[in-house]
Amino acid sequence: MSLLLPDSGLLFWMVLIFAIVFVILAKFGFPVITRMMDKRKEYIDNSLRLAKEADAKMGRILEEQARIMAQAREEQNRILKEAAQARDNIVRKAQEQAQDEAKKILDEAKVRLEAEKESALREIRSQVAMLSVRVAEKVVRQNLESDKAQMDLVYRMLDEVTAPSKDKN
Amino acid sequence: MNLLSRNIFMAVAAIVLSLAGMGRAYAAEEDIDVQEIIFGHIGDSYEWHITDIGKREISIPLPVIVHSSTGWHCFLSSRLEDGAVYEGLYISSSDRYDGKVVELDAAGNEVRPLDISITRNVLSLMINSALLVALILCCARWYRKHDALEESPKGVAALLEPVIAMINDDVIKSAIGPGYAKFAPYLLTVFFFILINNLMGIIPFFPGGTNITGNITVTFVLAFCTFLCVNLTTNRYYWKDIFCPEVPLWLKPILIVIEVFGVFTKPFALMLRLFANIMAGHCLILCVVAMIFITAKMGALIGGSMTVVSVVFGIFMDCLELLVAFIQAYVFTMLSAVFIGLSRERPEKSDITEKQ
Repeated sequence: MSLLLPDSGLLFWMVLIFAIVFVILAKFGFPVITRMMDKRKEYIDNSLRLAKEADAKMGRILEEQARIMAQAREEQNRILKEAAQARDNIVRKAQEQAQDEAKKILDEAKVRLEAEKESALREIRSQVAMLSVRVAEKVVRQNLESDKAQMDLVYRMLDEVTAPSKDKN
Repeated sequence: MNLLSRNIFMAVAAIVLSLAGMGRAYAAEEDIDVQEIIFGHIGDSYEWHITDIGKREISIPLPVIVHSSTGWHCFLSSRLEDGAVYEGLYISSSDRYDGKVVELDAAGNEVRPLDISITRNVLSLMINSALLVALILCCARWYRKHDALEESPKGVAALLEPVIAMINDDVIKSAIGPGYAKFAPYLLTVFFFILINNLMGIIPFFPGGTNITGNITVTFVLAFCTFLCVNLTTNRYYWKDIFCPEVPLWLKPILIVIEVFGVFTKPFALMLRLFANIMAGHCLILCVVAMIFITAKMGALIGGSMTVVSVVFGIFMDCLELLVAFIQAYVFTMLSAVFIGLSRERPEKSDITEKQ
C-alpha cells in the first residue's frame, strides 16, 4: 500500500527539483532551441519558395527564348523567301530587257537592211536604165544611120505599143 | 564456422551451468525473498545499495534530514545501519512505517518526523535532472554559438533536435493549436524529464536503476502540474461546458457531476498510467532475473535451462522497456497537450464570428 501513497520527503524534493529543472530549461533551454528551429524552418521554407520562383522564372525565360528563336527562324525564312523572289524578279526583268533590246537591235538592223536593199535596188535600176539607155543609144546610133531604118523602127515601135493595148482590150 | 559456433555454444553452456551452480550455492545458504528484492528495488531507501561482495554490502550512505520533536537532525544513513538508534531516531520495521525513519513519542508509539532526507530516489532524481539540464543546455549552447541557418547541428544538438522537433511540431503544435508556444517549454520539459528518468531506470547499476517514474509521488507531481496548466489557463467556455452544459435540464445535475469528476480523473489517469507502466516493467524484469535464483535450487539442468530462458526473456523485456520508456513519455506529453488544447477550445459559433 505504501507504493500508492505519496511520500512527503520525496514530494518535497520532487517539487523542488522539477521546479528548478523547469525554470532552467524553460528560460535557457527550450525557447532557444525551438526559436532557432523555427527560424531555420522559416529560412528553409523561404529558400524553397525562392527556388520555386527562380525555377518558374527560368521556365518563363526558356519559353521566351524558344519563342524568340522560333520568331527569328520564321523571320529568316521570310527574308530568304523574299530574297529568292527578288532575285527571280530581277532575273526576269533583266531577261525581258535583254529581249527588248535584242528585238530593237534586230528591228533597226532590219530597217537598215531594207533601206540598203532599197537603195541598192534603186542604184541597180538606175544603172540598168543608164546601161539600157546607152545600149539603146548604141543600137539606135547604129540603126538610125539610114532614114529607112529609122522609120522602120518607129513603126515597129508604134505597132508594139498599139498591139498590147489591143490585146488588153 | 561450425566449429566456432559449437565452441561458442559450449562456452555459453559452461557459463550458464557455473552460474546455476553459484546460484545453487548461494540459494543453499538462504532462501531468496523475491518479494523483498522486488519491493526493495521499487521502493525507496536511505542508502544506495550497489551490490554485495560475498557477505559485505557495498552501499552509498545518503544524508538523512529530519525534523523531529528535538529539532533538526542531519546525519549519514550509515549511522542507522542494522537497526541502530541515533539521536532517538531509527529505521522502523513495523507494518505501518516499514523502512522509514521514526522516533518514539512519550507514549512509546512510533511517530514519523518531518522527513526530507535525500533518499536513493531523491539522489537519483538529482543526478538525472542534472544530466537532463546539462544535455539540454549543451544543445541550447550549440544554437547560441552557431548560426543554425549556416550549418547543420552536431553532437548533442543533432541528437536532440529531431526529438524536440517531433514533440514540438507533431504533438504540441497539433494538439494545442494557436498559442501553443506558451506551453511548449513545460511540455518539452515534462517529456524529457520522464524520458531520461525512464531510460536511467533501465540501466541496472549505479547511477541508474532507480524506479523514479514508477514512483507515485513523482508521477503525482507531474500530473498535478498538468492539472494546473489545464485549469489555470483555460477560458470561460471550458467552465461553461462543465457547470452549464447545453443539455436538457434534467440531465444537467448528472452531467455536471460527471464533468467535475472528469476534471480530476484526467490527470489522475495520467499519474496512474505512467506509474503503473514503469513500475510493472521494473517488476517484470526483476521477476525474470529472480527466476534464475529460484530455479537454481532445482538442479543444474532445470536451473541452467531456466537461466537461458530468463536471460533471453530479460533481453526481450529490456528492449520492450526501452520502447515503453519512450512511449510513456510521449503519451504523457501528448495527453497533457491534448487536455490543454481541449481546455482552450472555443465553441464553433465564436469561431465564425472571429473569422468574420
